[in-house]
Amino acid sequence: MLALETEKTASIGFRVSIDSGTSTLFVVGRLDVHTTGGVWQKALRVIEESHPDRFVVDASGVTYCDGAGIALLLKLQDRQRSAGGSFAIVSLREVFHRLLDLYGNIPVTESAQGTPTRLSFVEQVGRVSLEVGHNLRILVAFTGQLTVTLFRAAAHPHHVRWRDMWHVAELAGVNAIPIVALIGFLLGLIMAFQSAIPMRRFGADIFVANLIGLSMLRELGPLMTAILLAGRSGSAFAAELGTMKVREEIDALSTMGLDPVRFLVVPRVLAAVSMTPLLTIFANLFGLIGGAVVMISLGYPLVTYGNQLLSAVHLGDLISGLSKSLAFGLVVAGVGCLRGLQTTTGASAVGESTTSAVVSGIILIAILDGVFAVLFYSLGI
Amino acid sequence: MNLPMASPTEDVLIRVEHFTAAYQGSVVIDDISFEVYPGEVFVILGGSGSGKSTLLKHMIGLFEPVSGAILIDGDDMVTAGGDTRARILTKFGVMYQQGALFGSMTLRENVRLPLEEFTDLPDEAMNLIADMKLKLVGLDAFATYMPSEISGGMQKRAAIARAMALDPLILFLDEPSAGLDPITSAELDQLILRLARSLRITFVVVSHELPSIYAIADRVIMLDKRVKKIVAMGPPQELRDKSTNTWVRQFFNREASAEATG
Repeated sequence: MLALETEKTASIGFRVSIDSGTSTLFVVGRLDVHTTGGVWQKALRVIEESHPDRFVVDASGVTYCDGAGIALLLKLQDRQRSAGGSFAIVSLREVFHRLLDLYGNIPVTESAQGTPTRLSFVEQVGRVSLEVGHNLRILVAFTGQLTVTLFRAAAHPHHVRWRDMWHVAELAGVNAIPIVALIGFLLGLIMAFQSAIPMRRFGADIFVANLIGLSMLRELGPLMTAILLAGRSGSAFAAELGTMKVREEIDALSTMGLDPVRFLVVPRVLAAVSMTPLLTIFANLFGLIGGAVVMISLGYPLVTYGNQLLSAVHLGDLISGLSKSLAFGLVVAGVGCLRGLQTTTGASAVGESTTSAVVSGIILIAILDGVFAVLFYSLGI
Repeated sequence: MNLPMASPTEDVLIRVEHFTAAYQGSVVIDDISFEVYPGEVFVILGGSGSGKSTLLKHMIGLFEPVSGAILIDGDDMVTAGGDTRARILTKFGVMYQQGALFGSMTLRENVRLPLEEFTDLPDEAMNLIADMKLKLVGLDAFATYMPSEISGGMQKRAAIARAMALDPLILFLDEPSAGLDPITSAELDQLILRLARSLRITFVVVSHELPSIYAIADRVIMLDKRVKKIVAMGPPQELRDKSTNTWVRQFFNREASAEATG
């Protein structure tokens, strides 16, 4: 008989002996919830390293055993049997045997969900691609459904729940004016201040008006408004619809024969599409005011700033920005509602939908902004 | 309360044929068939995880089965689309486990909603009908309350009133007694019986609350997750006293299974 190893933790010790195809694990001391963790891996490793035909746990020295100890014994049994060998526990005191019988019917596997297999890089890429493809398919299907429903709403305006639409417009639009105005003002102010310092060295600080006017109206006004809307209203749509899904209210609508897209999504999309350009106008206006504050502090009269602004920007710049904001509003509301409707069950599902709505919304806004940049460039706008 | 019992007739209101359902890729109900007759209180029961709610959600068209047919008043719910599906949906109302009342609407507005969407009744008439339905379930004094302002039992009664807004032939109830105290639960049972006997509404109820089942059920089917099939069908008292299936007897007598007791 060859003693291979002796392990001792706070109040448990074990020793392994190997004898012609039989490995025996002698366990001594308390096998409880506090001590078992310390010997778990080492005990399992004995089977993996010695590959015995027969594995015996000699429990004559076990003074105390609880559920954790039984779990280790069951795990050892499972591991040994999976390897094709036989398993036995000897000299376990009667009182602990009853505990083993109590849990003994539970099949022991790696975990309740099975062992997560480590995926190769290619498998991971494949899995992510499938997931992206699946999400894309859902997005396309939802866009189609929403488009059809919006056309139907245009053909039958009395089917639209206008009261809900105005309510959402107030929440997502009117109530968002202070934050949109504040961010727009700060954006204009900071941009003007940061650009005025270097431009002044070249005597070009009057052109700060051009920079503020063009960048706010064409790009930053619509973009910042849309991102604010995604964070503020897109998440709210997802949370509201997600909660309704969890509380079976969406199912109730479906079984009443009411289309959730018409009933819940259309009012929100219409509200967002109508409010985003208005909020963008506020963002632009306050951005320009922020720029004006800096220019006045640099010694330029307001009328000079105004004239420079009017000479730099045209109606086309404003319209291109507003047309972008229409599309951004559609995307933010659509994605927010889609994520809400996709909510699964459980306490964390609404949170996941909300996060997903904001992240997807911002990503789609960025993509769409790029598309618009190319489109406007091609059209010479 | 002495009310006349509904007895099965030759007419069949709901016919489920060779129905197989899966949840997340694994079969939970395998090839079952049964019928529901007009005016009866039909209870689907079984242990946790036996597929009771899954079956109900297939019957009301929320899920698509792997195979089989669900005929509601002659129309197949599984294959129906467009107008046929819309017609089937008007034949039944559903009360969900948590009531599923719309939180942004008062009780009256909740009950009015199906009327607004599917009828051209004047405003006054819709309000009157909504109040009548609320009165039927004893909630006429709470018509202007929001769902969050009333108790769980009241929410369930309001959900029944909303489900009855269009006077459907069938009411599906998902675990009506879940989360209610015994007295509220008994009151809800009385309401179900009163509606079934006086209005001849057919009830399909998912439940595993034995007192409630004995109180309301004309017939039950019992699902067993081990065999994924119906293991018993008939009046609950009869199954309790005469069933030859050990598990069925254990269920009705609230006995632990041999596995659990070791």
